[in-house]
Amino acid sequence: MEVSSAEAALSVSASSIRITDVTQDGDVLTFAIASQKLNSSAGVCVFRIYEDFDWLQQSLFSQENLPGLQGIIFPPLPSKALPSQSNTQTKALKQLGFLALGQDWQSYCKALEFYLQQVAAHPTLCKCKALDSFLINSESPGKQRGRKGIFNRLSQAVEEMRKESHKDVDNFFQNERNKNTNLAALSKVATEKLLDVVMTEQKLALACGHFATSLHLCVNQDDAAAVAFSKVCLKLSDVIEAVNRNFEKVASNDLSTLGLGLDLESRYQEAEKVWECVLMIACKLIELETVKKGTEKAKASKREVMEAFQKAVEKEFNLISSVAKQEIERFHSSRVNVLKNFLIGWCELQLNTAKEFAELYSQHLEACRNMYSE
Amino acid sequence: QSPEAARLSAEDISPSSNGPRDDDPDDPDDLFAEATEEVSLDSPERQPILSDGPSPAITPVTISPRVDVFDRSPDLVKHRLSSCDGMNAYMVYKVMTKTSLSIFSRDEVCVKRRFSDFLGLHSKLASKYMHMGYIVPPAPEKSIVGMTKVKVGKEDLSSVEFVEKRRSALERYLLRTVKHPALLKDPDVLQFLESSELPRAVSTQALSGAGILRMVNKAADAVNKMTIKMNESDAWFEEKQQQFENLDVQLRKLHASVESLVYHRKELSVNTASFAKSAAMLGNSEDHTALSRALSQLAEVEEKIDQLHQDQSYADFYLISELLGDYVRLITAVKGVFDQRMKAWAKWQDAQVMLQRKREAEAKLQYASKPDKLQQATDEIREWEGKVQQGERDFEQISKNIRREVGRFEKDRVKDFRVVIMKYLESLVHTQQQLIKYWEAFLPEAKAIA
Repeated sequence: MEVSSAEAALSVSASSIRITDVTQDGDVLTFAIASQKLNSSAGVCVFRIYEDFDWLQQSLFSQENLPGLQGIIFPPLPSKALPSQSNTQTKALKQLGFLALGQDWQSYCKALEFYLQQVAAHPTLCKCKALDSFLINSESPGKQRGRKGIFNRLSQAVEEMRKESHKDVDNFFQNERNKNTNLAALSKVATEKLLDVVMTEQKLALACGHFATSLHLCVNQDDAAAVAFSKVCLKLSDVIEAVNRNFEKVASNDLSTLGLGLDLESRYQEAEKVWECVLMIACKLIELETVKKGTEKAKASKREVMEAFQKAVEKEFNLISSVAKQEIERFHSSRVNVLKNFLIGWCELQLNTAKEFAELYSQHLEACRNMYSE
Repeated sequence: QSPEAARLSAEDISPSSNGPRDDDPDDPDDLFAEATEEVSLDSPERQPILSDGPSPAITPVTISPRVDVFDRSPDLVKHRLSSCDGMNAYMVYKVMTKTSLSIFSRDEVCVKRRFSDFLGLHSKLASKYMHMGYIVPPAPEKSIVGMTKVKVGKEDLSSVEFVEKRRSALERYLLRTVKHPALLKDPDVLQFLESSELPRAVSTQALSGAGILRMVNKAADAVNKMTIKMNESDAWFEEKQQQFENLDVQLRKLHASVESLVYHRKELSVNTASFAKSAAMLGNSEDHTALSRALSQLAEVEEKIDQLHQDQSYADFYLISELLGDYVRLITAVKGVFDQRMKAWAKWQDAQVMLQRKREAEAKLQYASKPDKLQQATDEIREWEGKVQQGERDFEQISKNIRREVGRFEKDRVKDFRVVIMKYLESLVHTQQQLIKYWEAFLPEAKAIA
């Protein structure tokens, strides 16, 4: 992904951003974030906690003097993970879905990493100083709460707008909104169904492990017959153990690619919903402003002033509109690309796993045939 | 020549017929035989996983001849009758036997049998052979629910799944029975396999697996009630009994384990199908053509994988779970013959006690000078001397039989498990090869997304 080469650009390469490690201290997760400097071969590594990510997101929202800010689709930040002991897996799954699975917060880290890459790759957002600071300052941004940006001011209104259906100022957005609502619901369902599949795969792996262990308990060296039977039980145990590993692999593949991809898609659809609301509100505000000014200026009846104002309003509206349209196209091509990569990754992993285990089972079969033909 | 593994194929007619009532005493005549049609339950996709050799035929007429003519193999084909009011409907099974053994009158014969007929056969064999120390294969279970009662859905007596489970159980029962060299020659077995008419087995309650179990338990009770503890001169019996006790516990644990596996595999199938549907809907709503296409393909792949899960689940069940279940039941039969030996020993001991009493009685009569009674006493002594000798012979015979039976059982056990492991591995290999095909077909679709 290309980084914009304009002024105040990011000093690191967007695609090099990695979360290389995560440590847990009680309730707090600390992430190690590494990236590559653009103008040198030097790497940078910083340590951040979730609150720092939140600060970054708030900073992005509340950028002032950024024309057309309301038109931007902000990359979605995953929810905060709550790793305390009292948090059972069911609670974690409810809260984070797929991101709660996987060992040592791997999926969660991948999602955060992706978030940073998306922000860094965004032509407008990458210029935000907060991002650069987040990625290269050894000191954390601290606990400063971001200035109340557009999201905070409008957050309540956003919730209300989502529930009602308003006529959009532009047909283009109406159409987009309908598609989005539909896709958001469907991708959420698909994510949940895949999560069910992965959970069952893990249960199967566990059942196989259990069975394989039980077979080991049948080993008995009392006499020749017992020894012969024990050998057979051990063989079956090996086979079932292989099936166990097979399922673990398949589940892990599902999790790390398709699961992550669908989860991201789902959260992006939600982000788009929010974006639509913001747009509508922004447009509504402009309308209200126009009406207000219109009422005020009508008395002065200075036509030039009125026209100048009208032009300014139109200009602002058109700017937001054009940013929004660009964002939507960028959004769509990006999400298609992201899904494509996840689908390819998923397919390749599963194909490799199938080949690996076809080979393993064949070897077992061959060994059995040789042993038992004596 | 040991009989070889056989084919069991199932047929059914008229989906509107009622569930079977296997132990219905009011047996309607086979009035509807001509009216029945036969439809195969076997689906071609399942053949590679379940069959080992020529695939089962759809109708009796077109069964392919077996390659190895020296082995006898009963085939079970299910055929359903229904009476007009549906109340007396019951399931009838076609048993087809192909053999070259001369004890059979024909080399190919097909008969119709009800579930209660199988129970009747088992009861006859058990009463004839168990007391001699033969391990008589246990009767097929009436209930098809797993022993750990892990159910996926209600037990539906008319369901395809139930019928297939029973059909398979009946086939395995017959196969084990004919594998036994003595049972194979038994006239009741031959009659069961060959004669077109079989006298109706009465009182199926007593003939069910539970009924036989009660008979076995009676022997066990008798053993427990023995006042004279058996002085086991032969350590082999003691060791073996202990081994079988342990094996019983282990097999039950294993069976529970694999039932869990079967259950979760079915769950996976359901979840996969559900995911496939959601992916299809996502694909339908997607604007981007190539992505929409890829998502639809994803849905299709997942549907195919669901089918693989179902097939693998059959393998899990029919190969491993049923094997373990059969062996748990077999162990009960094995333990039963050990109890029979103890019973034989007790009978011998009792005869010795009685002989002693008779001798004492005769000695008393010597002094009482009652010549008639003395003669009777002497006769009785001779009678009981005979019984003591018989008792000893019986005990030695049953001990010898059990040793031989246990040896045969242990050999068969290893063989059975080996066969199952290989068949299971074949099913696993097949599944992976199918998966490879599906993923290889999907990859270009994913890459084609522009």
